[in-house]
Amino acid sequence: MSRFPFSAIVGQDEMKLALLIAAVDPAIGGVMVFGDRGTGKSTAARALAALLPPIMVVEGCRFGCETPGQCPGPCTGGKTVRQAVPFVDLPLGATEDRLLGALDLERALRTGERVYEPGLLARAHRGFLYIDEINLLEDHLVDLLLDVAASGQNVVEREGLSVRHAARFVLIGSGNPEEGELRPQLLDRFGLSVEVRTPRAIDTRVEIMRRCAAHDADAAAFAAQWAQEDDKVLQQIARGQRRLARITVPDAVMTDAALLCSELGVDGLRGELTLMRASRALAALKGAKLVRREHLVAVAPLALRHRLRRDVLDESGSSARIERALAEHLS
Amino acid sequence: MSGGLADALMAARLLAHNPAALGGMCLRGGGPARDLVTQALAALLPPGTAWHRLPGHIDEERLCGGTDIAASLASGTLVHQRGLLAAARGGVLVVPMAQGLRADIAGRVAQAMDDAGGPILVLLDDGTADEPRPPAALMERIAFDITLDGLRLADLAMPLPHALAATPVPPADNAMLAALAVAAQALGIASMRPLLQAAAVAQAHAALAAHAAVDAEDVALAARLVLSPRATQVPPDSAPPPDAPPDIPPEQERDTRDGEQEGEGSEIPEDLVIDAARAAIPRDVLDRIAAGQAGRAKTGGGGGSGQRLRSGRRGRPLGARPGMPGGGARLALIDSLRAAIPWQPLRQRDPAPDGAGPIRFRRDDLRVRRFEERRTTVTVFCVDASGSTAMARLAEAKGAAELILAQAYVKRAEVAVLAFRGEGAEVLLPPTRSLTRAKRALAALPGGGGSPLAHGLVLARQLAEAVAARGGTPILVFMTDGSANIALDGARGRARAQDDAQRAARAIAVAGHDAVVIDIAARPRPEAAALAQAMRARYLPLPCADARALHAAVAQATPPEPALRRARA
Repeated sequence: MSRFPFSAIVGQDEMKLALLIAAVDPAIGGVMVFGDRGTGKSTAARALAALLPPIMVVEGCRFGCETPGQCPGPCTGGKTVRQAVPFVDLPLGATEDRLLGALDLERALRTGERVYEPGLLARAHRGFLYIDEINLLEDHLVDLLLDVAASGQNVVEREGLSVRHAARFVLIGSGNPEEGELRPQLLDRFGLSVEVRTPRAIDTRVEIMRRCAAHDADAAAFAAQWAQEDDKVLQQIARGQRRLARITVPDAVMTDAALLCSELGVDGLRGELTLMRASRALAALKGAKLVRREHLVAVAPLALRHRLRRDVLDESGSSARIERALAEHLS
Repeated sequence: MSGGLADALMAARLLAHNPAALGGMCLRGGGPARDLVTQALAALLPPGTAWHRLPGHIDEERLCGGTDIAASLASGTLVHQRGLLAAARGGVLVVPMAQGLRADIAGRVAQAMDDAGGPILVLLDDGTADEPRPPAALMERIAFDITLDGLRLADLAMPLPHALAATPVPPADNAMLAALAVAAQALGIASMRPLLQAAAVAQAHAALAAHAAVDAEDVALAARLVLSPRATQVPPDSAPPPDAPPDIPPEQERDTRDGEQEGEGSEIPEDLVIDAARAAIPRDVLDRIAAGQAGRAKTGGGGGSGQRLRSGRRGRPLGARPGMPGGGARLALIDSLRAAIPWQPLRQRDPAPDGAGPIRFRRDDLRVRRFEERRTTVTVFCVDASGSTAMARLAEAKGAAELILAQAYVKRAEVAVLAFRGEGAEVLLPPTRSLTRAKRALAALPGGGGSPLAHGLVLARQLAEAVAARGGTPILVFMTDGSANIALDGARGRARAQDDAQRAARAIAVAGHDAVVIDIAARPRPEAAALAQAMRARYLPLPCADARALHAAVAQATPPEPALRRARA
């Protein structure tokens, strides 16, 4: 089944924006999506991965190298081949072995050789790692994942192996807060967070059903119909990536960001940094030359929502508090 | 009634027609009727479709494929085994006892279903009405959830259905889709997946019934079969809800054409669809709605953190011990090699079996890994919400519980809340990590009425035992003034009630659960102290505490870290 076209996804503007920002600047550190089942979280993430242009990979390299000789494994293939951007779906209940990679059991049994078998982190290199129900994932796995996502390197020191390989990917986690929370320390490590709800309006829901039916009936024709729109999104991302380095952040916007963070009581510098990064990525996406306040305002809920210190006795949600602070200080 | 069976057979027919869009079916109860339905499905699917069963104790190697270690060692060559999920591609995967399926297995199956050519899933749910349903991740991905109850043997005497010729039908038009969307909204179904499945069911039914286009009958059937079992609210009796969009033109050209053919197709079918759906909401779903539990609180159980299953497969590595891998235990390769190597010179003297590698393993060499796992601490709050405490202190107790809750989820502990008032005690919140749900349960806690302290104590002990049974460590926190005036049999009277409470408290002491009694009476009273003594619990009089002081007291009284550790093989 071919993937659902990204531009054909109805609504979910916030999630799409967050994904685009993460695609322009992967250093932002992943997107956490909160929402119920059946809201199209994974559809959107998969669609974005499918939309991106293929990457060049050294033929036969198990670590997804761009140029030969950058990884521990055999990576001598002279040719590079085009390959779709990897999209790895981490299943609930995955073990550390599967994730980090482990000793190659087959080789060890057969020849007694100690060979490292790359895991899912190596497969996700230069692509996306999607984790559904991340709040149900074992704690030590989440720690490990966020560590690798932040450092861009997977270091394996176990079973007599000592391997280090690059693992740069956009981490996308999803979860339903009704089924258990993620610890705040871990939430803070995610760059952006999005709250997704199912559309309530009937005509939106009808439109979704119509598009899904069309997609099921003839995926190729449906993709062709949306190819132009998808191409526009692709152009936008490519332009954003090119511009990103040249975008400057005026002092006034930096002051705004600092003010907002201190007003909301965001702990640590990570919030401020992400806020700046996300504003810059958004400005790049929009084709602006420098970051303006409107960019900051647009990404503030995404970048800060999950970093507010939770006050259990305060009923209003984080989003409302951010809205309030934005209205008071930056309007 | 045989309506369930007829529906099930219809579902089988529809499923066989478009398995890719409909995913599968869940059959609940039914015994022989269930066999009939699965046979019918087998008869309707193309001949040669593979059927596989997924046992609940399956390990990851068998599920997803990998090296067959035992066979590899025996033969000296590498033996691969294909995973069940790979084998079931394009076939049927039957999951018996689906209500108890582990969340990690369910996750894998759900992933396989999201891929093209995933299996047709048949979940067999043998749970009783108050047991959790099969994992929500799977229930979401299948169109039909059918209860086969109240059937008589005579109902089963029917020939197996045979495949019907289908006429291709275009997808449903906007008015029909809108009718489904309105019905889903009226039933409180938020997810988009059931809606997409309902649209596919309507189309499949139209194709099988040789309708020219999807009409009101198809849509009503789809709503009844797909949407009704997922209802989280009962739609209002009259008319569609007020926010139904007025902008969908009731009469479109195409509708009128169908109308001539079908007689009633031109009428906007929303009412009809909602009526059909309302009439078909299963009784237990209705009961749940009436009891005020959101549908998902219960159906979501499979994926929730409430019934987490512990296995010896995760945690911090602890070392290895001799044993065979499989059944959840994983091979510790380096340790196995280490165990085998000293014997190599001896073993090399024997003639080599065919294809033997440089290292010869024996069964005794194998080591499996051990992990240590932290036990979850479950703090059970037992809140006295009776008239004697309610007015004065209930708000404080709630506040303290919320603070501890916030602390608990930072430490990854779980929290449960039960309250006693009026005639009895109830669990407001089963053990959970969800702050959202806990806050909701606490906020909804009413106060007033008698003090059935003994009921509260008994229920607390039962909950504590349930927690201990699944490997957690319960800590009971009672917030009460210690006075009781309702005996266990429901009779009023202070003396009997205090007696019962004392006995129930001693039972907790015998069971050896950690407990704290927080006296929330305005003046500390001897009853609460006596209760704490009977329970061998710590006693904390808190005459004028606010929420934060209460929190500090509990934090002090309970172990700061869930320090209990255990090693597992």
